[in-house]
Amino acid sequence: MRQLTEDETQKVFEKLANYIGKNIKNLINKDHVFRLQKDRVYYVSKMIANYATSIARDNLMSLGICLGKFTKTGKFRLHVTSLQILAPLAKYKIWIKPNGEMPFLYGNHILKAHLSKVSDNVPEHVGIIVFNEKDIPLGFGVSSKSTNDIKNVDPTSIIVFRQSDIGEYLRDEDTLFA
Amino acid sequence: MGSRQLKNRQRDPPTLDEFKSRKTKSKDKKRDSNKKRSLETEGESKKQKKQKKDSKSDPVKEKKSKKPEPVTKEEEELPEVDYDALAKSSKALFDDEEEEDKNDDIISDDDLQDEFDLEQEYENEEEESDSQGIKWSDDDEYSDDDIEKLNMDNIEELSAKLDKRDKIIEEEAELELKEEHLQDKITDVLLKDEELEENEDLTTTRTRMLEIVKILENFSQLADPTKSRSQYTDRLLKDIVKYFGYTEFLAEKLFQLFSPTEAIEFFESNEVARPITIRTNTLKTKRRDLAQSLVNRGVNLQPIPGNWSKTGLQIFESSIPVGATPEYLSGQYILQAASSFLPCIALDPQEGERILDMASAPGGKTTYISAMMKNTGVVFANDFNAKRTKSLIANIHRLGCTNTIVCNYDAREFPKVIGGFDRILLDAPCTGTGVIGKDPNVKLNRTTKDFIDIPHLQKQLLLSAIDSVDSNSKTGGVIVYSTCSVAVEEDEAVIDYALRKRPNVKLVDTGLAIGKEAFTSYRGKKFHKSVSLARRYYPHAYNVDGFFVAKFVKTGPSKFDDNKSSAKEKEYMAQKELEVEGIINDDFAEFDDDEDEKYIEKSKKDSLKKKGINPKSKKSRSD
Repeated sequence: MRQLTEDETQKVFEKLANYIGKNIKNLINKDHVFRLQKDRVYYVSKMIANYATSIARDNLMSLGICLGKFTKTGKFRLHVTSLQILAPLAKYKIWIKPNGEMPFLYGNHILKAHLSKVSDNVPEHVGIIVFNEKDIPLGFGVSSKSTNDIKNVDPTSIIVFRQSDIGEYLRDEDTLFA
Repeated sequence: MGSRQLKNRQRDPPTLDEFKSRKTKSKDKKRDSNKKRSLETEGESKKQKKQKKDSKSDPVKEKKSKKPEPVTKEEEELPEVDYDALAKSSKALFDDEEEEDKNDDIISDDDLQDEFDLEQEYENEEEESDSQGIKWSDDDEYSDDDIEKLNMDNIEELSAKLDKRDKIIEEEAELELKEEHLQDKITDVLLKDEELEENEDLTTTRTRMLEIVKILENFSQLADPTKSRSQYTDRLLKDIVKYFGYTEFLAEKLFQLFSPTEAIEFFESNEVARPITIRTNTLKTKRRDLAQSLVNRGVNLQPIPGNWSKTGLQIFESSIPVGATPEYLSGQYILQAASSFLPCIALDPQEGERILDMASAPGGKTTYISAMMKNTGVVFANDFNAKRTKSLIANIHRLGCTNTIVCNYDAREFPKVIGGFDRILLDAPCTGTGVIGKDPNVKLNRTTKDFIDIPHLQKQLLLSAIDSVDSNSKTGGVIVYSTCSVAVEEDEAVIDYALRKRPNVKLVDTGLAIGKEAFTSYRGKKFHKSVSLARRYYPHAYNVDGFFVAKFVKTGPSKFDDNKSSAKEKEYMAQKELEVEGIINDDFAEFDDDEDEKYIEKSKKDSLKKKGINPKSKKSRSD
């Protein structure tokens, strides 16, 4: 377990900024730190990070909340586990109808037919957090259309490309937490 | 089939008066009976047998041998009650059969009457027997004259007479047994293996089991005085093995924990799955809100009965998979057995504490602890199996527990890794004899070795747990030990061992609303008095998995607290210690096979003698 290097920090923050924009400053405070363990990045309270130093590297499996991992090519990829950190700070949000919940949780993109409501002024190709109508965060993705364009497309067209959804807890348990 | 036979047999023959009055009606009934007979093939075959026999043998003798049941007043009441209760209890256990049983009752009634119609000689037999003074057991008859006759003056004389009759009848019954022991197997519950029908009906086995249980519960009055208690128990165990599919070893081990009635209840309830329960994740939602949204999805649920859990919900039925709803995936609840709530409630974690869960996968208890602490403090979630930490990490993230550290150690490495915890939960790996309903493989997989090796590990784990707790903790200093096993070796024996090895801990009340007191002595082993503060849970008593929970408080530091030995070193020490420990405390001592052999031989001979078999003759046969 170690702190992130400057290069790594930049990559992580770029990804986070995609979804939470300037709200990222809420994540950076005295009590919480980012830590790299194996190839994964964790967001964890400082106290816990200090306690975790007593666990040997090989034996430390996880601490706090996992944000995502660095791929072998050095890119950073957010995991669905980061959703609980992103959701409260989300810049753009989309709410989907109950009949769209299950298709999304099975890993499909969001169609216009399933749209319930969406934040104003969502531009094209930005990170967006997906909620159901009860305000439970279901995942995140990238908008394919701006809010204005959504009005003009037919119901079967994709409005948000899925990147991660909480269905992965069941589908990808083996690879997500290894 | 067995129960039907039982019913036919238990029906008392009619009195003479009754019989005559029936005869007048019988002509009409005869017509109906033709139809009924086709339904009731068994009864028919019985009839035919009787007819055959009538033609063969002397009527008086025949009648006696056919009806060994008629007994005299003194004894008569006991078997009667016995059968009735038996029939009832078997009905209660297997409700679907109730309907059938009722039909059987009706049919067999007619059938019996039918029998009398067909067998004209029967009437004569009755008269003869009456003149001989043998009373037919019938309630009316007794209420009319016998009870009046019976008073303090002649009671002794009467009972002597009755005894005499009993004896005769018993002898006759025995004779008859040899003739048609197949029909009589229910009354004679102590069959040897070779006497059993090859493909015996399971219902017959069950009926016999229930009967033996009855006898064992009231041994002095119901049992055959020539038979020993162990003979009945042996038979019962064999039946349990056959009926429920346990190994003999495990069946005996579990049977010894309970009274015979309770043991059967225990085995029965292991065949039934426990209700599905879920725990509300209080970090994300409230129980009422969760219940509401699940009800809207078509789940039928209610709070866990008993009012001991504020977060549990019990699910009766669901039109959707409960493990894949958006609520589940977003971490509002976790599927968790009701019994797994108990150790966490006993642990009673406080906000801001440092807590260790020594064997935590798949994380139900860890996340509960984390939720109870409202994500403050630190929870160390350890598990020995790296593969199982995956599901642990998944659950921790899904439920949004931010205060955890997941590590993968042999838990005996603590306190070398880190010590000084406020509270430690040790939900020890165990044989799983409490969760047979969940994992039926336990019935066959567990061997004697498991019941030595696993407690051995549990003891070391518990000592490590005790050493890793900070006795000076302002809020805690608590160790909770739990297993999902009901075996005494893994429960009381382990905590008793810990109390002996670590005088700086004491047992305290678990603070749980339900549960039975743990044993303070078991089959000659005496445990520390305070062991009774631990709690046991049984599937038949609380409809939760079999479980055991004990709560320790550490009162002072000990020299072991900064024990820097690794798991391997501890294992080595424990092995060395075991040699001494075994001799002193009779705690799974080493076995001296040669010495044991003598005693085994001797007890085998004794038991053979008790059964009336000459051990020598048996030997020569087997040679």
